[in-house]
Amino acid sequence: MIKVNEKIAIEHGLKKDEYKKICELLKRTPNITELGIFSAMWNEHCSYKSSKIHLKKLNTKSDKVIQGPGENAGVIDIGDNDAIVFKIESHNHPSFIEPYQGAATGVGGILRDVFTMGARPIANLNSIHFGSPSNKKTKNLLRGVVQGIGGYGNCIGVPTIAGQTSFDESYNGNILVNAMTLGLVKKNKIFYSKAAGLNKPVIYVGSKTGRDGIHGASMASAKFDDKIEEKKPTVQVGDPFTEKLLLEACLELMKDDSIIAIQDMGAAGLTSSSVEMASKGKLGIELFLDKVPCREENMTPYEIMLSESQERMLIVLENGKEKKAKEIFDKWNLDFSIIGKTTNSKNIELYFNNENVANIPIDFLSEQAPQYDRKWKKSKTPQKIKFKKKDFKKLKITEALKKIISSPNICSKEWIWEQYDHTVMGDTIQKPGGDAGVVRVHGTEKAVAASVDSSAAYCYAHPLSGGKQIVCETWRNLISVGSKPIAITNCLNFGNPEKPENMGEFVECVEGLNEASKYLNFPVVSGNVSFYNETKDKGIKPTPTIGGVGIIKNYKDMVTMDLKNIGNLILVVGKTEGNLDQSIFAKEILNEKKGPPPDVNLFNEKNNGEAIMKLIENKLILSAHDVSLGGIITGITKMCIKGNKGIKFYKLKGLIDKFEYFFSEDQGRYIIEIKKESLEKVKEILDKNSNHYDLLGEVVKDSVIIDGEPTLQVDKLREYNKSWLIKYMVN
Amino acid sequence: MKSSVIIFPGSNCDRDMDVALKKFGFKNKMVWHNETSVPKSDLIVLPGGFSYGDYLRCGSIASKSKIINSVIEFANKGGLVIGVCNGFQILIETGLVAGALLRNKYLKFICKNIYVKANKVKNKYFHKIKKDILELHIAHNDGNYFCSKDDLNFLQDNDLIACKYCDINGEVSENSNPNGSIENIAGVFNKNKNILGMMPHPERVIDNCLSSNDGSYFFENLLSNMR
Repeated sequence: MIKVNEKIAIEHGLKKDEYKKICELLKRTPNITELGIFSAMWNEHCSYKSSKIHLKKLNTKSDKVIQGPGENAGVIDIGDNDAIVFKIESHNHPSFIEPYQGAATGVGGILRDVFTMGARPIANLNSIHFGSPSNKKTKNLLRGVVQGIGGYGNCIGVPTIAGQTSFDESYNGNILVNAMTLGLVKKNKIFYSKAAGLNKPVIYVGSKTGRDGIHGASMASAKFDDKIEEKKPTVQVGDPFTEKLLLEACLELMKDDSIIAIQDMGAAGLTSSSVEMASKGKLGIELFLDKVPCREENMTPYEIMLSESQERMLIVLENGKEKKAKEIFDKWNLDFSIIGKTTNSKNIELYFNNENVANIPIDFLSEQAPQYDRKWKKSKTPQKIKFKKKDFKKLKITEALKKIISSPNICSKEWIWEQYDHTVMGDTIQKPGGDAGVVRVHGTEKAVAASVDSSAAYCYAHPLSGGKQIVCETWRNLISVGSKPIAITNCLNFGNPEKPENMGEFVECVEGLNEASKYLNFPVVSGNVSFYNETKDKGIKPTPTIGGVGIIKNYKDMVTMDLKNIGNLILVVGKTEGNLDQSIFAKEILNEKKGPPPDVNLFNEKNNGEAIMKLIENKLILSAHDVSLGGIITGITKMCIKGNKGIKFYKLKGLIDKFEYFFSEDQGRYIIEIKKESLEKVKEILDKNSNHYDLLGEVVKDSVIIDGEPTLQVDKLREYNKSWLIKYMVN
Repeated sequence: MKSSVIIFPGSNCDRDMDVALKKFGFKNKMVWHNETSVPKSDLIVLPGGFSYGDYLRCGSIASKSKIINSVIEFANKGGLVIGVCNGFQILIETGLVAGALLRNKYLKFICKNIYVKANKVKNKYFHKIKKDILELHIAHNDGNYFCSKDDLNFLQDNDLIACKYCDINGEVSENSNPNGSIENIAGVFNKNKNILGMMPHPERVIDNCLSSNDGSYFFENLLSNMR
């Protein structure tokens, strides 16, 4: 057996002082299995050691929250004894190394987190970020990730209803793949991971254990260098078919009360699942590793404990229920093995061939795990750019619009989402491409809306405002489809926490998102942190991703963004200040990448959002879309393309420059379509509520008409919007 | 009318089909692949999904499953059998309908609405259907229908092409072919036209709030022809 020393500990990703602390806690040198367990539990991915003190401050409660962070996923109440379980998680590092399997197992992992809690998954979403389109790796990474997400989600039969894709050179060496799942469960049938009771059987179910993914969690906590290709063997391989069987078998077993606690084997496999269940129940756990079903020969206790083979679950069962449970897993052709029991030792004790191979107090692995208050640097607010109005004189709005709607970050992502089954389960009532995806709550009148958002450019320019902005954007997206926003999940993708700049980005983004979450009563119920997203010492732009969930009482009241009827009026609700800093217009047309992101005024954000909800409730809105990247003109163009209609803009009133008006990305704004005869009623509601609004124009047949500019055909605009990605991927 | 939907491990459109059949008035039962007989039925449906993971050729393992012999027996006696998507792939693997389903022409999974032109002649499925250009939905990786020259002649001579991909006006052309299928074939019958295999999913388009409602015409018409 390998003799453990400091050098080996460092190879496991532990720091010198962390290894010293382990020896002090144990009052001896750990053996290799124990060291492996410590390294898995103490790494960033499992222990949240750099982020915990900041995450504790998050707003996690509301009258709708049934379960906040700390479980496999968050749970919210949607009425009538129904609840929605949801979470987002990153699978960034594996996806860069092996895009298909990395992305696929990311989807598989988040699905398990949700059905572990007793919920049937009803929707998947994803937020994926790639390097510059001109980077030679980007195309293959994009293709692989999309096929991986599709390959897993399509096979298991859960619709992928929304997503987000962006390109930025900061992801050249470190792409981001964040996957989110929503599940539906009865409020009284939610399952948790807290073990309870002594001498309860600990059951292993699912796939067999192999050597794949050993040290996956440690890899996710390391930065990339030139030798990254060597890491390929640590990427897990997904089997969506087995996951489908596991899902059905678990839900079948969950029909009665046999299960005390259940936890999926995700990062750090059997180690973290067993430790977490015991730790939450303040119990000990005893495992006999020879009973673990293995796929390969001669696997050592070390390998068995650290394998990240997919599609496995650990269950603490009621005594006497073993036979019935086994029958269910036999029916679904899955492995079932009683591998241990709960104890009162408060230790994790492992046996292999009747020999004790590890004995560690659970507390050392969880409560005693290191926690750091890392140094962080406050960011400065960038100076506002003084745009020269005379530069605009040479430009045409229509020319800028064409360029913007066909740019990589704005263009249609249909090529991507057409590869995802978004209609299986028969309840998808708003497919990808809208502000949010919407699925009916099966067999009821209710519907659930979900959206994922991130804006790395804003967060990079000013983390505090950026953090606020994303939460607000998610809130707006959910409102735009007619839902009431309920709660969010976050996936915090950042660089190296040991660098004060990167840590500062994290701290301030979290502060910003927390401020918005509190103000909007939009609590965080689950999430995940991914640090060390850097290659050769260069970090990614800070990319917190927010996944939001909203409820529609009656699905027939859902709103979409496609323009409906000629002659209707178009309004913008929310004030346009005309800030162009950090806008797509500034970057794509003026080549200006500096400046602060748009200000977030939480009062206006809330007030405008509530006004839109009220208008929808009064059935006054025919279509709606929030104003985001590319400003008003880009937003309205998308509405035209979707509805196959045009718009004739009225002459602009006021002093604001037309480029600033059309392209600024000021926050808190919505574009809405209403009937002419509703105008007075709409005005009355908006005036009473003190919302700023502009009457923008009216719906016409098939072109975009701006005073003093050439008319644009909507068919042509659709072509511009759609073709970039197809051409990029096919050539 | 009684129907049965077979569930294979990896089926994932079984519930959707159950919901659709019941919505239009069938008394439906779900049948597990390990059973050896199908309950008394007027219609058997093989649903979509990834039976046994489709790790071999799609549908090939399901075509050797325990339940399949009784499905074949039922079909050979003239019973109505529909295979949708993976169900179509399974029908092909059992030999109940002719041809093969290859990987889509552009090697991508495709999920979108398409139009098909239905063959209304002498069959229980589309005869008298109120709309013969139907907006249905496809979601597959391997739906590129192919068959030998002889098989194609046989299908054409005996009017066994059940539906063809077309555009909104019923025009059948290369532009309306989503996956490269020979002759735009989206579905075929067996010789006696009691078996229908097709890639499009009628069960996903049965309500105005879904991406189309044209699946309703299919189920209503089938039920009325069966009565």
